[in-house]
Amino acid sequence: MKDVEMKMLERAKALLGSGEVARVIGWKKGEFYFDPVPASFESVEELSDFVYNGFCGANLSKYLIQMSKKEGKTAIFLKPCDSYSFNQLVKEHRIVRENIHVIAIECQGKLDIEKIKAQGVSAVTEVEEDGDTVKVSSLYGETTLNKEDILLVKCATCKSKTHQAKDEEIVLHEMPESKNNRFDEVEKLEAMTETERFAFWKLQLQKCIRCNACRNVCPACSCIKCVFDNPASGIAAKANDSEFEEKLFHIIRAFHVAGRCTDCGECSRVCPQNIPLHLLNRKFIKDIDGLYGEYQAGETAEGKTPLTSYTEGDKEPNDVVDGEAK
Amino acid sequence: MIEETLIPKVGVITDVRKDTPDVKTFRVVGTDGKKLFKHMPGQCAMVSVPGVGECMFSITSSPTNEEYMEFSIKKCGCVTEVIHSLEVGQHITVRGPYGKNFPVEEDFKGKDLLFIAGGIGLAPLRSVINYVRHYRSNYGKVVIVYGARSKDDLVDIEEIQTEWMNEPNMDVYLTIDRPQEGWDGHVGFVPAYVKELGLDPNMTAVLCGPPIMIKFTLAGLLELGFDKSRVYTTLELRMKCGVGKCGRCNVGDKFVCKDGPVFRMTELDELPDEY
Amino acid sequence: MLKIAKERLNELYAKIAESMGLFIPIKKAGEVNYHVWGEGKEVSLETLKTVKSPKNAFFPASENLMKFKTEGKNLEIIDVRWDKSEKPFVIFGVKACDYKAIEVLDKVFLADPVDTYYQSRREAFTIVTLACSKPEESCFCNAFGVDATAPKGDVTTWLDEKYLYWQPNTEKGEALTQIVADMAEQGGEAEVAAQQAATQAIMEKLPFASLDLSRFQPENLNELFDDPAWEEMSEACLGCGTCTFVCPTCQCFDIRDFKTHEGVIRYRCWDSCMYSDFTLMAHGNSRTTQMQRFRQRFMHKLVYYPSQNDGLYSCVGCGRCVNKCPQRLNIVKVIKTLGGKDND
Repeated sequence: MKDVEMKMLERAKALLGSGEVARVIGWKKGEFYFDPVPASFESVEELSDFVYNGFCGANLSKYLIQMSKKEGKTAIFLKPCDSYSFNQLVKEHRIVRENIHVIAIECQGKLDIEKIKAQGVSAVTEVEEDGDTVKVSSLYGETTLNKEDILLVKCATCKSKTHQAKDEEIVLHEMPESKNNRFDEVEKLEAMTETERFAFWKLQLQKCIRCNACRNVCPACSCIKCVFDNPASGIAAKANDSEFEEKLFHIIRAFHVAGRCTDCGECSRVCPQNIPLHLLNRKFIKDIDGLYGEYQAGETAEGKTPLTSYTEGDKEPNDVVDGEAK
Repeated sequence: MIEETLIPKVGVITDVRKDTPDVKTFRVVGTDGKKLFKHMPGQCAMVSVPGVGECMFSITSSPTNEEYMEFSIKKCGCVTEVIHSLEVGQHITVRGPYGKNFPVEEDFKGKDLLFIAGGIGLAPLRSVINYVRHYRSNYGKVVIVYGARSKDDLVDIEEIQTEWMNEPNMDVYLTIDRPQEGWDGHVGFVPAYVKELGLDPNMTAVLCGPPIMIKFTLAGLLELGFDKSRVYTTLELRMKCGVGKCGRCNVGDKFVCKDGPVFRMTELDELPDEY
Repeated sequence: MLKIAKERLNELYAKIAESMGLFIPIKKAGEVNYHVWGEGKEVSLETLKTVKSPKNAFFPASENLMKFKTEGKNLEIIDVRWDKSEKPFVIFGVKACDYKAIEVLDKVFLADPVDTYYQSRREAFTIVTLACSKPEESCFCNAFGVDATAPKGDVTTWLDEKYLYWQPNTEKGEALTQIVADMAEQGGEAEVAAQQAATQAIMEKLPFASLDLSRFQPENLNELFDDPAWEEMSEACLGCGTCTFVCPTCQCFDIRDFKTHEGVIRYRCWDSCMYSDFTLMAHGNSRTTQMQRFRQRFMHKLVYYPSQNDGLYSCVGCGRCVNKCPQRLNIVKVIKTLGGKDND
């Protein structure tokens, strides 16, 4: 990975140095190895704390909504899964494609510090990546973990290692396509009885603290004013009036991003209570695949989406409601 | 049970006066027919229509009025819109008084006073002006400069014309932004008018109105030689609790609800520019 | 000092729960938070940081303030305040940083005029603290004068492989000790002292062990406010409320009305200065950019609150924001950037 980081830094320096772009969106060093921060760099000097490592899980594409409207061109580093969100934002006219230079970068799956801690490693001070294993040093000792066990939820079920948008590419090593098993968990939920499923979601969604991190990070949640923030909507509220009222927020959100959600998994990555929010969206993706034929949002930046185009063969709404469409 | 500041009193609207196309003045008493609570000029109260919301308003009436309180309210948001639809006899809730008042018993005493208001900015000043009128001998000369967009937007024009203009040793200057049929008074913005009037810079000044008016009027006053430490204004920010706990009306380390709304210009100079 | 065998802890919880409501860190749907204890619940005292802090017990995420009954033009206010004589409560396992946070909250809610909603809960609760023995990299309570090995509270406890050591500090603590006395034995001073020494040695090695806060003084308020670094520090901020809601000292709230078929309920709920509508008024907004909101949050913790409260910071170094910010922003970065010369 170090060689990828070097190459990225080199390109960022060249692009900024030549004035080809006004800024580069990437990651800068945090307090530790495992907490890089999304950042925009506007000069070669600012690149001194540039970083790219196994913990750069954040999807940077949404920052382009603001950044691509600034003067000058913006270069951005996109991992394969981020490129889907990028395309979707272009398709929805949220970002200005001509102002952006996409550098498609290598990704071997990103790591989750919380999963490392869940393995019983506390007070982590250093992390060293080495192929399929990760060496973790802490104040209480050292340990080596399997990368597979500490991947971010979204990376554990990676949907694709193919960049869907790029102006140039920095891929130095093979990125093996992972087994796409992302619907396994959805199938488990489908296999439950209604009562079991209700209990599952109730237990999970009751944890919600209404921090809005899932919404604010979501590239599909690009409304200028969210209905939940609009005092005139009648549903703007920062509190739940019953212990399970949060379902309203999450289900409305899932509906709103249906057909547009690329399954980037940021919602689950950022949830402070680790609610598997991506499963709601995946259920929609699976249903849309079943009802209208396979469709992957963000695969292209053009074309119509299943929920916004009509064909004579479309399933009737009552087929869907009655569950026949399954 | 012990008192809780967030639990309001029930008030009854006993009179509604339409002052301008978008300002109404509401007279309020308790359910027992008596004044809800005592206050000092410049202090505020939280008024609410349950189910709609609660907002902070300055108490327009003078503390010397022992029968009732009045609130002059401009229709500009979802709560004030509903308040404007209320009729006499309607119950609302009121809690307060909140905030620091104008130093009418301290720094203002014995001084010549200049009041400058724009539009609904007259609401908090009406309280202090009528207080000063009530204890007239405690204060020197009083000059009032009041402006609005049009003659129809001058709040409390009847009281101004019939009472204030006839008060001894008290000059009232009115102005409107643009010429208008039926108006033979001054035309022009408040800041410019203030400079034209060539006011005595030894007066203690109180400014209240839209931020832009305050900014330019203050600049004008300083040009005339006024001392910032004798210029007062009031701030308005989003408030929920009224007692410095909900955390939203701060400017730097001051809460407008508790440490304001009345501020000396020199105090504001020490605060970050975030209001 | 008393000690209670670790295998009898469940018995201890049951005994307390007979006469008092017991809040304790419980694992539910994978996350550990303070919940009401009941038989069969998965207690996790070893969890260093609950996702939500204990502030929830005194200042719930949402609570009803009053009800209104309307009839025609008439209005009646119904006091729905909770009667603290109904039932006493215990909150068990509060860490030193979180206890300090309660002291920070007290300064706000118990200042004149007293917030009676908070006060009644605060008085109804006996606080049992638990010393830390395994601090982690995101901890920096020592920067704020907190001793993680000797928390205050009505009762202080320490936990090791064999025993829970129990030290009552107040009248309330003595009363609780009476309830659990028959399962306790005397002793434990030496074990506690040894654990404290070991933990303190680790504390000194923590990555954030020496943060310089010297520049956060009221007299530097404007200079800090105007610092150009806020722009870069806040750049990645999503404007979510995670840091606020996991923070043990964040106490901003909103008050709203909710219409039900039985009348109107006025409630208050946690609010976040990170939200775009926090300062929104009908005629404008005093903070229109995320930079301003971000700056407000940290200036409040490190400058405004101390200025209002004799220098007491409203950060206790619990590190929850360090762990939970989706984009890895946090107060440590702010302290290191603006706090003073000795930060690196």
